[in-house]
Amino acid sequence: MINKTVANAEEAIANIEDGMTISVGGFGLCGIPENLIQALIHKGVKELTCISNNAGVDDFGLGLLLQNKQIKKMISSYVGEHAEFERQMLSGELEVELIPQGTLATRLMAGGYGMPVIFTPAGVGTEIAEGKEIRKFTFHGVEKDYLMEQAFEPDFALVKAWKGDTMGNLVFRGTANNFNHSMAMCGKITIAEVEELVEPGELDPNYIHTPGVFVHAIFQGEHYEKRIEQRTVRTAE
Amino acid sequence: MLDKFGIAKRIAKEVKDGYYVNLGIGIPTLVANYIPEGINVVLQSENGLLGMGPFPAEDEVDADYINAGKQTITTLPGSAFFDSAMSFGMIRSRKIHLTILGAMEVSENGDIANWKIPGKMVKGMGGAMDLVASAENIIVAMQHVNKAGESKLLPSCTLPLTGVRCVKKIVTELGVFDVLPEGGFKLLELHEGVTEEQVKQSTKGKLII
Repeated sequence: MINKTVANAEEAIANIEDGMTISVGGFGLCGIPENLIQALIHKGVKELTCISNNAGVDDFGLGLLLQNKQIKKMISSYVGEHAEFERQMLSGELEVELIPQGTLATRLMAGGYGMPVIFTPAGVGTEIAEGKEIRKFTFHGVEKDYLMEQAFEPDFALVKAWKGDTMGNLVFRGTANNFNHSMAMCGKITIAEVEELVEPGELDPNYIHTPGVFVHAIFQGEHYEKRIEQRTVRTAE
Repeated sequence: MLDKFGIAKRIAKEVKDGYYVNLGIGIPTLVANYIPEGINVVLQSENGLLGMGPFPAEDEVDADYINAGKQTITTLPGSAFFDSAMSFGMIRSRKIHLTILGAMEVSENGDIANWKIPGKMVKGMGGAMDLVASAENIIVAMQHVNKAGESKLLPSCTLPLTGVRCVKKIVTELGVFDVLPEGGFKLLELHEGVTEEQVKQSTKGKLII
């Protein structure tokens, strides 16, 4: 039986080198590969181009890699309240490409579906359309302009799932799936860390989100902090 | 004149039974609290949830359950989770009937600017560009003037655009306005205690009364 298990995050990222392009799953701090991010810090790889919806916060998630100056370029849709990020961006130390969230998701999807480009209406008539090819299509009964955008093909995709098996099949939980599924599909090499790693047969094949064919290495992560950015509760009536 | 809760309450009247709705951050989020009894709607959170419920009780907080504003939330019976690509698929393929969002500026031809102030605020557009480019019906909830007292309803936007010719309706503290296809803000309703004169003074774009 195919077994994609690696011992830990350090072993999983052994082949990530300076200057590579990686995609990192998660929305805010929800569903981020905490162990893999830590391993990148320990390894100290630099000049990374990082595709991720957000850039973490100052002291957690991708923010840790930014503090360590390991990222050359971020491709994100929202970088939010993040002092170190803002400082590096304004000083020119960090290259930043902001793209619409749906464009980001769909460029990842296209990579995983084997399609080189997508056409999207998002951003038509705005500054992000500058220099991009625009085509008219009649769709949904109306003729509109669409922007052509390239599929993503990251060297490595780092994703986090709730459960996985040793063949690489993944199951996500709640909104912690977010970009992880599409990233898992488009990585030239995809590494998955999971909260619970099980033997083949233990996950119901009817409820697999990402089939193992897309995953090259898998391990059970440890010490999940799962930090919450905006803890919001109902007040007692 | 309405406060932000009043604006949210007024917008809630635009929500029809059976709608799937995407609510932006800020005043739009408040709309969920005022949807009338008997109107069944499903709220979409573009990070991957249909059927968003209220904020959790203290003992229900779950880091894996958040909304697009990164707030902890709950699900409702009939909810569904999905990945980001599918989420924007349902937005682009027009399965979401109504998008309600905030804005810094709206122009009289329906352009919207709400993501960037050059040199000041560069946080990113998140899902806003996708939503405004594809949504069938977009209602903007915002204050009529900015903190400096300048009109946010303009002949043309001065800030970088989020989308073009997309806003259909605006609800501010002063009134409700349609953005006409041929251009112009058509006053539909004045809120209680507001005069036409006030609206005229606060609207820099073409106003039709």
